[in-house]
Amino acid sequence: MRQRFLNRINFTDVTLAIIGAALVSLIIVGSFKTLAEGNYTTRQWLDFVVFGIAQGSIYALIALGYTLVYGILRMINFAHSEVFMSGAFTAYFAADAMAKAGFLRENTFVAILILFAIAMATSVLIGVLVERIAYRPLRRAPRLVPLITAIGASFFLQYTFKGLYGDQFKAYPEIAALKGNYAWGDLNITKIQIVVIVSAALLMLGLYLYVQYTKAGKAMRAVSEDKDVAALMGIDVDAIIVRTFVIGAALAGAAGILYAITFRQVNFFMGFVPGIKAFTAAVLGGIGNIPGAMVGGLFLGLFESVGPILFLDGLDVPAPYQLKDVIAFTLLVLVLLFRPSGILGERLAQKKA
Amino acid sequence: MENESNKNWWLKAIQTGLIGGVVAVLVSLIGMVESFHERDIIAGQITMGETLLLLIVVTVSYFSSRGAEDTPLSKRLTGGALTGLVTGGLVAGLVLLGKVVNLRKVLVNASPNLYKILTFENENTTTAVMVLLVAGVAIGLLTALVHVIPLILRRAAISGLTIAALIALLQDLLRITLTPFPKITEAIAWMFGSRGEEGLSVSGAITVFLIVTILNYLSSTRGDSIRIRVRALPTRAQQGLRWTSWLLLLAFLLIWPWIAGSYLSEVTNSVGIFILMGLGLNIVVGYAGLLDLGYVAFYALGAYTMAVLTTTGGEITANFHWTFWQALPFAIFAAVLAGVLLGIPVLKIRGDYLAIITLGFGEIIRIMFLSDFLKPYLGGSFGIVLIASPTIGSFVLNTPQTLYYVILAGCMLALFVAYRLRDSRIGRAWKAIREDEDVAQAMGINLTTTKLLAFATGAAFGGLGGAIFASKLSTVYPHSFVLLVSINVLALIIVGGMGSLPGVIAGALLVFGLPELLREFSEFRLLIYGALLIVMMISKPEGFLPEAVHKRELHVEDNAGETAGA
Repeated sequence: MRQRFLNRINFTDVTLAIIGAALVSLIIVGSFKTLAEGNYTTRQWLDFVVFGIAQGSIYALIALGYTLVYGILRMINFAHSEVFMSGAFTAYFAADAMAKAGFLRENTFVAILILFAIAMATSVLIGVLVERIAYRPLRRAPRLVPLITAIGASFFLQYTFKGLYGDQFKAYPEIAALKGNYAWGDLNITKIQIVVIVSAALLMLGLYLYVQYTKAGKAMRAVSEDKDVAALMGIDVDAIIVRTFVIGAALAGAAGILYAITFRQVNFFMGFVPGIKAFTAAVLGGIGNIPGAMVGGLFLGLFESVGPILFLDGLDVPAPYQLKDVIAFTLLVLVLLFRPSGILGERLAQKKA
Repeated sequence: MENESNKNWWLKAIQTGLIGGVVAVLVSLIGMVESFHERDIIAGQITMGETLLLLIVVTVSYFSSRGAEDTPLSKRLTGGALTGLVTGGLVAGLVLLGKVVNLRKVLVNASPNLYKILTFENENTTTAVMVLLVAGVAIGLLTALVHVIPLILRRAAISGLTIAALIALLQDLLRITLTPFPKITEAIAWMFGSRGEEGLSVSGAITVFLIVTILNYLSSTRGDSIRIRVRALPTRAQQGLRWTSWLLLLAFLLIWPWIAGSYLSEVTNSVGIFILMGLGLNIVVGYAGLLDLGYVAFYALGAYTMAVLTTTGGEITANFHWTFWQALPFAIFAAVLAGVLLGIPVLKIRGDYLAIITLGFGEIIRIMFLSDFLKPYLGGSFGIVLIASPTIGSFVLNTPQTLYYVILAGCMLALFVAYRLRDSRIGRAWKAIREDEDVAQAMGINLTTTKLLAFATGAAFGGLGGAIFASKLSTVYPHSFVLLVSINVLALIIVGGMGSLPGVIAGALLVFGLPELLREFSEFRLLIYGALLIVMMISKPEGFLPEAVHKRELHVEDNAGETAGA
């Protein structure tokens, strides 16, 4: 028994265990010291949490696009971050025009709906075009090939939009009706955060119901289970793939608007960081798994907003917020190392990948 | 299949025309046409922007008029004309739209200047639209006629046109290079546009075109017989011939900076560093098939190690004051160490996950270098200044022309190592892993050491490149080490052909050297890279100068795919 156990451990596993243990103990020590020092009030911690949830729901919406496509094509749609960017960036011009005409102030609700519609339509257009031009011809190619195409598509789109709309940051107009916040005791939520969280939740609920309870959703699940068998069952696989891209892109477009009203700045490069983060979220929750993407997004958002302060402030790291991306990527590495299946997913990274 | 495409050939022609039109409108709206318009191809006659539009129309009409061997000429002509008409029509549509609405509020590049270019400076809209339509049809018809010309001649003419355009684009560099030889300069002055103008003169363009076309024609008709004659030579003589050509190449490389002058040497140096990195990434991606998007991390580590060990000033606490040669092994070692450290955790991870993790790793390194946390040691966003230059004895190599030799030596070394590794036992193990990890393992290949060796070797080249880069600029900033560097390197090995050594060099020259020389290109560099990656992957996944084995494999796969699809 003991001999068999010893035979099974090897050099890499040991190294991994050491790396993991070192990181975990760093996190524990850091958090403990931060809490013991007590530099932050409950109110501040709650602010971090609320911000994390709002941020996380945007990540979750984008992550759904990665997860849906990965579930069906087993490829990372690298250009998804640009699909997200294209919607928000295009809708800026509508937002600006509506703000100048006063429409945004008088009919805020309708105006925001129009923004959503424009962003989602643009994103869907871009997403479908990318699928048609860059991915469909490579359905049966070796795995590295579509990934490289996806990277190409991502850069092509970024710089196309830079060429079309210019390279400056554009400031979204402020929405008067969404100013201010609500407070219950120590809990403090801005109206924008409420809008973000509620609309993300509604969209995700809609997607879940669609995938679980409609015939089209059933077809999507069938294709993601086995493309060839699904085709034999009379499912038009190409149409389902396009539909998947449409849904993913529409969610990304909506996420773009939520991102834009939160941070009020758009430019051609805005998709890169949220895109990578959302991918991390998708992996975190278990890629290919729809509830997983939602859980992963929220988890990553929280981790990112609470983490730097909680883990690093106690260790006397100056300006811990600069390192929030490091924390997110380290989390990704850790998850892939120790639970490649993610929080809710099946084991994919080693088996099917 | 064949029948269907025959029946709907005119629909196809319209479709191709629409694609061409969309592309033409897009390149106009993203500012490419206007920016390229600044440079003349033939002085005073045709600019690069116009050439770009022309090229689009020619390409789409070429495709729509191609058809089978026995397609009647009338059909080809109508197909080409139809496509040209549709493409011209879409551009005309843009012009009309621009007259009615002010697109510039949203699309920054829809400037009056663009419309001027698109309408050939016709003030009258109706004439402009008519001109565009007629031009589209005319170009389409002419392109369709190309199919009548025999293939060999067609190829020769295309290469003639390409070379003429290239010489026209690079003519100012050519002239700078030739300034030490006033006689030659004077003798060929008539070929170029008069003073202050760019591009070739009309007669110059025709001369270059004719010379290249005839040479190309001769080499493709007579080339075979020469090759056969060379092959008929005794082995000894063949070897001698090969050695002579290598020696000539080496001699050329050694005197190159003194022919090229300071500016071209500088560009060559940048290309050289990219060749170095390309050779390294080629081992990881091309040989071992591990897609690494965080390659810039090793480059950054090499550069920062060099910087910390040799800096003689600035705000940071490090106080080593080593020389370049003392620090170099440590820079490479730091990169190798990072390669192994990154390698261990990601050993089990495959394919696209690996790409994301390595990308994350690259970003982690950059953010750490940028952060206030490490600022006392690495200088934060201010970077590190006053890095030592390489020295030989008391001779400091700090001009582009002298640094060139350091980079050349580095490239030669890397090339030699990569070449020797390619068919070695470890090289074959890498290729086995690339093709199928599980089978490779079953064949007794130790995945752990083999993969780690790939990461380490690749990282070593990256570290070497970084170290040279740091001392070349004598400063390092975190902003030099963004993801785009990794993408640049990836693009160059893919364009050249994954796993192919000449491919790396050709790729670096094409992907990095050319945009460096043409400032108009560098603005759209990443856009072009992106498009290039997609087009290459779809149409020519083996690259321009593919490795023989890899090419064969990909084409076997193609055939298999076709059978599976049918």
